Amino acid sequence: MDIILDGIKEAFRLLFSLDPEVMGITWLSFKISGIATLISLVIGITVGTIVALTSFPGRKFVVSLINTGMALPPVVVGLFVTIFLWRNGPLGFLEILYTPTAIIVAQAIIATPIVTGISLAAMQQLPKKLRLQILALGATRVQMVWILIREAKLPLLAAVMAGFGGVISEVGASIMVGGNIKGYSRVLTTATVMETSRGNFDIAIALGIILLIFAYLINLILTQIQQRERPR
Amino acid sequence: MNKTIIPVLESKNLQVRRGGTLILDVPSLSITEGEILSLIGPNGAGKTTLLQVLAHLIPFSRGDVYFRGNKIGSNHSVIQYRRKLAMVFQEPLLFDTTVIENVASGLRIRGIKGSEIRDTAAAQLARFGISHLADRSAKTLSGGEAQRTSLARAFATRPEILFLDEPFASLDPPARESIIDDLEQAIRETGTTTFMATHDRLEAIRLSDRIAVMNGGKIAQEGGPEEVMNHPADEWVASFVGTETILPGKVAEKNGSALLISAFGRSVETVGEAAPGEDVVLCIRPENVTLSESGPASATSARNVFMGTVERIIPSGAFYKVRIDCGFPLAAYVTRNAINDLSLREGIEVTASFKATAIHVIRRKSPFYP
Repeated sequence: MDIILDGIKEAFRLLFSLDPEVMGITWLSFKISGIATLISLVIGITVGTIVALTSFPGRKFVVSLINTGMALPPVVVGLFVTIFLWRNGPLGFLEILYTPTAIIVAQAIIATPIVTGISLAAMQQLPKKLRLQILALGATRVQMVWILIREAKLPLLAAVMAGFGGVISEVGASIMVGGNIKGYSRVLTTATVMETSRGNFDIAIALGIILLIFAYLINLILTQIQQRERPR
Repeated sequence: MNKTIIPVLESKNLQVRRGGTLILDVPSLSITEGEILSLIGPNGAGKTTLLQVLAHLIPFSRGDVYFRGNKIGSNHSVIQYRRKLAMVFQEPLLFDTTVIENVASGLRIRGIKGSEIRDTAAAQLARFGISHLADRSAKTLSGGEAQRTSLARAFATRPEILFLDEPFASLDPPARESIIDDLEQAIRETGTTTFMATHDRLEAIRLSDRIAVMNGGKIAQEGGPEEVMNHPADEWVASFVGTETILPGKVAEKNGSALLISAFGRSVETVGEAAPGEDVVLCIRPENVTLSESGPASATSARNVFMGTVERIIPSGAFYKVRIDCGFPLAAYVTRNAINDLSLREGIEVTASFKATAIHVIRRKSPFYP
């Protein structure tokens, strides 16, 4: 029992004393996952909107691919990103393996299908006639898409949260392509894994609490979004 | 060159196919400046499809639409055309913002800026009696308030053609009544040319200059409200516009325009154009049938007097619908007072009468019966 209690006590001390190492890891995690999410938003909202608003042969197949991608195992992503970035790999010349950039790449690959899938659902869930109403108001195609995105802003915020939530808590890909290098590519999850294996439960618990706070905030926002009503 | 009035909107040979089936087939349709034209028909008749095609909102398989004589798509760009019209759907389809921003949305799309937006939007809010809701979120509105917002949004762009697709269908009666009043006033004041789709024939009669009855993707009849109600082109239209009694018969005698029709073994006197021996259909509207106490003494100027048994008395709003068996089925509208005065109840004998001129005769040889 003492292990846990001492661990929690020490964890709170680290948190409230703003321990530089813990804060550094948290900030790096936030930065990497934030950038990865941003990249996934640009790609995901664009692709999701296009797929939602157009019909083309093989559309159902594309939708099923996106939905499968939403459950892409991070370890598999880590494996393929590692292979591609390996010194002799197809993208080895970039020399970014074991850097934060590599983690960003891997996390963006994980988050993009999530954002795409939720954006697709968000756009499809708007009333079908809304598109006709916007056109009847005299909108050009670009104006229509912009208005639809604005109308779907809450579910799209859900896409942001789900994408970010997915990558901030992911460990497999980060450790494989980032290498968990202290002060350089060490993020919350990889640090937790390492500290736990070393028996440094206090730091591991402190990092765990930060992850939990992130998870809680994300879910709080998601719940708020889900409880909102649509106008008539 | 002939000086003819160019219709505001005209369509030629419109056809829409979905998965190989022809769901809309309208050879020609036009509307003149300031006219209110209603499309009536049951669900699935193609009213909505026709409106959306005319507004160039959905693709169509064949045909052309002309706005003031200019073919849309070639002489006139689709966007420019859409910016001259407005459409209100059954659902208000409001945006997730304030009421006044919703009303202003058509103006913003047109790139109008500054105080002009707010002034125009405010004027439309006032027109539809929702000025007090200006800064409310559209999410918090009642059904009637939301539909008023949608109407105000449509009028804000000063449309040259207004399309209304069942705009009152999901409102409850009190809200509906007052919205129809306000809309009617708005249309009359602005003189806006209006296309309205509705399944409610009373709404159509009240608002329209002209009615087109649709069935199965085609226009079954087009004419003034009186014409469509009292002179339906075929049995289907007759039944849709509320002609309760529709009797098949044969012309037995013809004397000038007076006809003697044999139907269900009875003789019915009427006027119309048909040759002896011709198959016809008689349409008798329930409001044209008078009921009186049973007995031959009843004095009436009506040429057709039949004894019958009351089969059912059905309350329908302000009056009662009485179904009578006179050897043929007949329906009459009576008031509450008449029910009491005649002691009407199911099973008793009554005398039903109707004038020869109150019957509309449809010739089976008409184009609708090939």
